[in-house]
Amino acid sequence: MTYAIQAEGLVKRFKETEALAGVDLVARTGTVLGVLGPNGAGKTTAVRILATLLRPDGGRALVGGHDVVREAGLVRAEVGLTGQYAAVDEMLTGYENLLMIGRLLGLPRSEAKARAAELLESFRLSHAGGRAAKTFSGGMRRRLDLAASLVGRPRILFLDEPTTGLDPHSRGELWEIVRGLVGDGVTVLLTTQYLEEADQLADDIVVIDKGRVIADGTPDELKSQVGGQVLQVRPLSPEDLARTHALMAEAAGPGAKIEGGVVTAPVNDPAMMPAIVRRLDQEGVAVGELALRRSSLDEVFLALTGRRAEETDGTGEQAGDPADERDFEKVGMSA
Amino acid sequence: MSAATATVAAPSMAKSGRVRPAAALEQTATMAWRNLVQIKHNPMELIDLSVQPVMFVILFTYVFGGQMAGSPKEYLQYALAGLIVQNALFGTLSTGIGLNTDLTKGVFDRLRSLPIARIAPLLGRVVADTIKQVWSLALMFGLGVLLGFRFHTSVGSVLAGVGLLLLFTLSMAWMAVLIGMVASDPEKVQVFAFTTMMPLTFTSSAFVREDTMPGWLQAWVKVNPVSHLSDAFRGLTTGGEVASPVLWTLVWAAGIAAVFAPLAMRAYRARS
Repeated sequence: MTYAIQAEGLVKRFKETEALAGVDLVARTGTVLGVLGPNGAGKTTAVRILATLLRPDGGRALVGGHDVVREAGLVRAEVGLTGQYAAVDEMLTGYENLLMIGRLLGLPRSEAKARAAELLESFRLSHAGGRAAKTFSGGMRRRLDLAASLVGRPRILFLDEPTTGLDPHSRGELWEIVRGLVGDGVTVLLTTQYLEEADQLADDIVVIDKGRVIADGTPDELKSQVGGQVLQVRPLSPEDLARTHALMAEAAGPGAKIEGGVVTAPVNDPAMMPAIVRRLDQEGVAVGELALRRSSLDEVFLALTGRRAEETDGTGEQAGDPADERDFEKVGMSA
Repeated sequence: MSAATATVAAPSMAKSGRVRPAAALEQTATMAWRNLVQIKHNPMELIDLSVQPVMFVILFTYVFGGQMAGSPKEYLQYALAGLIVQNALFGTLSTGIGLNTDLTKGVFDRLRSLPIARIAPLLGRVVADTIKQVWSLALMFGLGVLLGFRFHTSVGSVLAGVGLLLLFTLSMAWMAVLIGMVASDPEKVQVFAFTTMMPLTFTSSAFVREDTMPGWLQAWVKVNPVSHLSDAFRGLTTGGEVASPVLWTLVWAAGIAAVFAPLAMRAYRARS
């Protein structure tokens, strides 16, 4: 098995805080690695190190077989980066943005023009290619940003929260594009706050919190670890709440909870939901609303860390709780 | 969008991952092109580059001219050099504003993720800003001549004046780069520009002769680099003493570059 991205013990400190406290991760060539975590978990810091924008204070990373510190130039020749904040030049048109990147990458003028037109076409931006990017909608900007990172046909692509702030339609469009790229053999590292996004796209997932990896595995493995889905039942009459809770606890165990007028229970076993519905029916509980939904990232975090994700909500990439670093003593080897 | 195609970036790089000098030059040209083509989509910048110089020449000539020198035409002959110097110094800050905008908008991250010479975005900016300087300068000379300004020196001497002015703005660009790299947003660069450049250019011989000022102010005006540059530029275009002001301008340019170039490069490397 070959790895497009391999990182070992990455450490990064910003003044007092430790944004990364020893992160290991690997992405298999031609697959999508999802890096999941709340704001300030260290996801962006990790991406910036892997894309050679930041030097790690410790640990090492190979991207495309090249060391991100000692062979940064070679890494840059193989990667594309799409940041959380669309880094297109607002004062240039879509076409000019792509032309500029093509020329910077050493494409002859005619080839750079052809490549720009081709990318605008495949990202459905041809109609707006002659307008300044500052007039683009959020979704169009992200598509242009992604197109800009693909001008050089990178084999490895970093997508840092590519869909944050996008509407569901634009999000779906971006997912389709990513699937197409992976189909062409590109390795993608994708950071996201959305479990659903990781679930949709990722072959493997790494969950980061406070600068360290707290879980990793395939989406299925993680889901079984945290309780993939949640059954929500709202009895028609509020008096039935306690009875509903008891019946659901019978099947699902102590995870069943009353939240507002709704009883929720984690569902790991496909047979569990029909069983609960049957029991409710047998007991004559009239159900007003019944829904099966995926675990939210909150629930993943609750399950993995015992606290809610919002508590870790830090300021950008400068997260990490110094009090939590006592077991981390690795010394940098990057210099 | 086949990923099987070899990476296109390879030709501009040596095996070690270092960018070849010829490629770095081409990347600089591309960045300069980008900075100039931006003007098309940003009318405000065109106003900065054109309307502002024109406005200053007209206002200074017709509002102050009569009282300053007896007639607008007479004053223009003295003040045009100062106006051009002031405009050029304000122009240097646009280097800082442009870099800061790229930094805060995330454009720098995109550029840094590309296999290009680190220095190309900076050099491209400086090249483009120098071209903008020449544009404004030509505009002000042209308008000046239209309003009655006359050259009294040789073409070579005028070109030497232009060269000296551009050299000085390049040394000031290092300061602008430093400010652009450390400021948290472009507005702060703008505020800094106004609050330093305004008094600096007015406490000089750019617009009035220093012998009309109080003695304590004269002491400063005599060392102010803007005075030396204005006198040198005036001397080279309309005649008068040249040797001493040119020498002092060169000394100041070298001094400013010696102090700010290392600081600016350190800040640039730290953030790019």
